[in-house]
Amino acid sequence: MITNLLFLILVGSMVGIAAGYLGSFMVLKKMSLVGDALTHVALPGMAIALTFNFSPTLGAFLALTLAVIGVWYLEKTSSIYPETLVGIFFTASLAIGLLITPEPDLLEALFGNLEKVTTLEGVLTIIVSLLFIFFTWLISKKLLIGIVSEELAKSMNISMSKYNLFYLLLVGGVVALGVKFVGTLLMGALVIVPAASAKNISRGIKDYYFFSAFFGLLSAVIGLALASILHISSGPAVVLTSISFFILTYIFKN
Amino acid sequence: MDNVLLSVSDLKVQFDQQVVLDDVSFEVKKDQTLAIIGPNGAGKTVLFRAILGLIPYKGNVVWKKGIRVGYVPQRLSLEKDLPLTVEEFLSLKEKEKEKREKVLSLVGFDKEKDFSKRKLGILSGGQLQRILIAFALLGEPEILLFDEPTSGIDLSGEETIYSLLHKLQEKQKLTIILISHELQVVYRYADTVMCLNKEKVCFGPPQEALNKEGLQKIFGQETGFYHHHEE
Repeated sequence: MITNLLFLILVGSMVGIAAGYLGSFMVLKKMSLVGDALTHVALPGMAIALTFNFSPTLGAFLALTLAVIGVWYLEKTSSIYPETLVGIFFTASLAIGLLITPEPDLLEALFGNLEKVTTLEGVLTIIVSLLFIFFTWLISKKLLIGIVSEELAKSMNISMSKYNLFYLLLVGGVVALGVKFVGTLLMGALVIVPAASAKNISRGIKDYYFFSAFFGLLSAVIGLALASILHISSGPAVVLTSISFFILTYIFKN
Repeated sequence: MDNVLLSVSDLKVQFDQQVVLDDVSFEVKKDQTLAIIGPNGAGKTVLFRAILGLIPYKGNVVWKKGIRVGYVPQRLSLEKDLPLTVEEFLSLKEKEKEKREKVLSLVGFDKEKDFSKRKLGILSGGQLQRILIAFALLGEPEILLFDEPTSGIDLSGEETIYSLLHKLQEKQKLTIILISHELQVVYRYADTVMCLNKEKVCFGPPQEALNKEGLQKIFGQETGFYHHHEE
């Protein structure tokens, strides 16, 4: 039981690190709300996976990939960011997901579950998290130049639209990894909140990356441990942990 | 022909149905300093964006093969708490510390010790502008495109930017295209001027191109004011 819990925490902490690091760009890109709402799209994907008996993570991943391509396309083709449209679309998928998710699985899908991670799944999750971190690191400089000025990036022949798509796909991927632990309603918080906390106390970009990943890690470790000890849902435990870091750093900042 | 760095012909840009630039042709030669002037909404920034290939256009834009272009965009809107320091921003383009320090001193930041540790978002307009110039210089450009912000920089700040550009022009043998709103700047620093108001209205050395007729064409009634300024 204890080894199982430690293994779960290890898996969760890798997802936390990946989510925190990837989320750092989401916050700088001022896409926090989109990033948060994006996670709702995972639900119908998981529901379909449960109905047809394949891995919910894979289902979430497919649904998120479709949604990401949609968001990217809208961002690329509209001059004004179609926030309202994105909001409507994501809420719709949540509503549909609620209707088609089999009743016994619904709570877990929404708020996360600790128990159901097999060794194979866990190991795969760790490897994929590491890959996501690596890929994001590879494109981090270009993303950052784009954040400072999209035009500046384009004038340096950086194809921002390509990198943005790749980045958003990675975000979709990390959300799919995390929904198992944190649930589809709250996973967005694990992407956004660690970075928001990091921003409160960072003097430069290296601090910021480090603290984003670090707060992601701590939120996962402490949150999952609390969930197990107190027998509460893992999603709220992880998210409230990360939010307490936000409050602490916010006080520190002021 | 070797001297021509940029050749633009029959350039036309339209957004939806609205024509923003029409029938613009000009050449930029090595060591030239070309100033582009015109009223607000004349399409100056659009011209830059088109020749940089950032927006779709019709017509021909031909750069010298393999040319290195530096671009200094108009003021950026950065969050104050963007966690990115001057040093880190420059290192996005150049790994070698020595080269970064060299451009920083070129743009006049060699005295203040901890300047490079400041966050980009808290710099003043003029400071950020100089950092953007430094960023552009890191690519060792042969030609620099400088888009002057319409407002916000105090006059003394502007003065330094232009004396800086002038210094670069001489020291670094830079060819410069700049968008300017100050006729004085044009007279003092540019050897060629292009007046733009959706179309090319005048082109040539400032003293010739900016005669009363040319000025009236672009600025209308404001002419008196600007002209007075010069004399």
